[in-house]
Amino acid sequence: MLDSVIFYFFAGIAVVSAVLMITRRNAIHSAIFLITTLLATAGIFLQLRAEFLFISQIILYVGGIMVLFIFAIMLVRLDVPLPQIRSRTQKWIALLVALAVGLEAGVVIWLARKVPGQGLLIPNAAPADKLAPNTEELAKTLFGTYLLPFEIASVLLLVAMVGAVVMAKKRTDA
Amino acid sequence: MSPMLHSILAFVQTWWVELLCAVLIVLVVPLIAVYIVLVERKAMADMRARLGPMRVGPHGLLQPIADALKLLFKEDLIPDNADQFIFWLAPVLSMTAALTSMGAVAIGPWFQVARDINIGLLFVVGVGALGPFGIVLGGWASNNHYSIIGALRSTAQLISYETTAGFALVSGFLLAGTLNVRAIVETQRTDQAWYVFLAPVGFFTYLIAWIAETNRAPFDLPEAESELVAGYMTEYSGFRWSLYFLAEYANMIVVASVGTTLFLGGWLRPFPNVRWLAGLDAAPTLLLAAVGAYCVFRAGKQPARAQSMFMWAVAFGCFVVAAIFTLALPFSHLPLERMHDGLYGAFWFLLKVSAYIYIFMWLRFTLPRFRFDQLMRLGWHILIPLALVNVVDVGIALALSSEFGINRWVAMVITTAATLGAAMLLLHWNDKYAAAASAALLTDSSIAEDTHAG
Repeated sequence: MLDSVIFYFFAGIAVVSAVLMITRRNAIHSAIFLITTLLATAGIFLQLRAEFLFISQIILYVGGIMVLFIFAIMLVRLDVPLPQIRSRTQKWIALLVALAVGLEAGVVIWLARKVPGQGLLIPNAAPADKLAPNTEELAKTLFGTYLLPFEIASVLLLVAMVGAVVMAKKRTDA
Repeated sequence: MSPMLHSILAFVQTWWVELLCAVLIVLVVPLIAVYIVLVERKAMADMRARLGPMRVGPHGLLQPIADALKLLFKEDLIPDNADQFIFWLAPVLSMTAALTSMGAVAIGPWFQVARDINIGLLFVVGVGALGPFGIVLGGWASNNHYSIIGALRSTAQLISYETTAGFALVSGFLLAGTLNVRAIVETQRTDQAWYVFLAPVGFFTYLIAWIAETNRAPFDLPEAESELVAGYMTEYSGFRWSLYFLAEYANMIVVASVGTTLFLGGWLRPFPNVRWLAGLDAAPTLLLAAVGAYCVFRAGKQPARAQSMFMWAVAFGCFVVAAIFTLALPFSHLPLERMHDGLYGAFWFLLKVSAYIYIFMWLRFTLPRFRFDQLMRLGWHILIPLALVNVVDVGIALALSSEFGINRWVAMVITTAATLGAAMLLLHWNDKYAAAASAALLTDSSIAEDTHAG
């Protein structure tokens, strides 16, 4: 019961602030609601007893990426809404996609209503002391079972980073 | 009794220790923070051959209370063009982040709100990392050029030093093999060494990077008063301003606590395993008794009767706490004996934290403020490579001692020497770079574009 309450609390905050993030005209306000969404998602991770995901969500997304976002927003002065170039069909495509996703979610919830532990009410997760400490589990998975994909992803990110630096660097010889 | 009330009572019954600790933190940390300000003013005055605050209470001991009252009653101004909501939110965010991150800090083996959480110190650091949003958003919401330049500088500085700060922590975590606060301290007991001796370069980078992250001098570019009035705080006054101020000092306490836990042995007394140094347990009693005796000595020399009464009261308090410490010694056979670990742990922890905070102040009074390009060069050209090399070297040392059976201290000395060699190389390159840059500046008559300063 308590787990359900916590989940719906954070999920509600996440959804509402996600909507607000899109509808706000001021870019900084949007960024703040995005931060709220990310924090609420971190709260859901915590409700799932995934402490390490919770804190990496906060450190990486909120403490790292969002600081960069706000930095960029403040530099380019987006606080006056510009007349956006909008395509007329965009609205209808968006509506269609939203309806499709909403329908899918509804169908899944409807189909799962009878499966034990899959309904609207979230079953209580195992108490934290019964679970393996998930920092260690995550490390074992990343650096054991999935070592090769992990390393490939790292190299890919490194390449992207070096590429970004090279592209951003001023050409003195030209 | 309604079931709602019943469940609340059950909750309180289960968690009352943690709740009490949390309330204590929220009540006491701001008080400690304002007294750190007093100590800072006194230390600064001493270094400049002045007296510092002397008027309010004996030796200015009541000055922080007077300041706090003044700030509470000051007019609360919000500029017309400010973004009202964010202007309100920003200082609250800073303060909340600082106080929340205190929750996982263990002050002694007993006093901790979030006991035995697996992510331990990461929680402290991660939640503390939300605090700078208060600075950035406050600077933006003020709608003032000085404020926004302060906020931009703060963000740039934060991004530049966060990597170093993280890697410094990683070198400590590698040695401890865990993130849990309690386990980190206990492994330092079983390893028979504070990690500052095993990873000196790690501690050094931690110290520097976190001074920059907390915006303290010599890294206080975001509030550089000679150029930016007060930076991001320019438009703030009264209670909101004091929230920023408290958050800064609360962050100092958090940073000092994390450094103490990870590198300085947490609540362990010096040489916790050496039996014949158990006499160090007398240190808290002796220290407090000495302070009390000094207060008695000074009480007669106070100019006013109220001040000498105050001195007597302080002396009495010191003697009472000293007596509690003495009665909690293991051989006293009193119920207080059970409090021995908690009390003495808290004493050593707070002593180390105070020493760490004193380093913060000392650096502030002795070093001039960096220029922004110097700050960036120090961060990107020296500290980040150094922190990277240090993490790799700590890893190599651990592998050498666990896989090849080399003595841990020998491995550590070798790898630390390697790290220091790398540091010398970095400094050498940096000097050459700086020399080349200034030579280019001299030949180029046009003023170099300051690309960093926002």
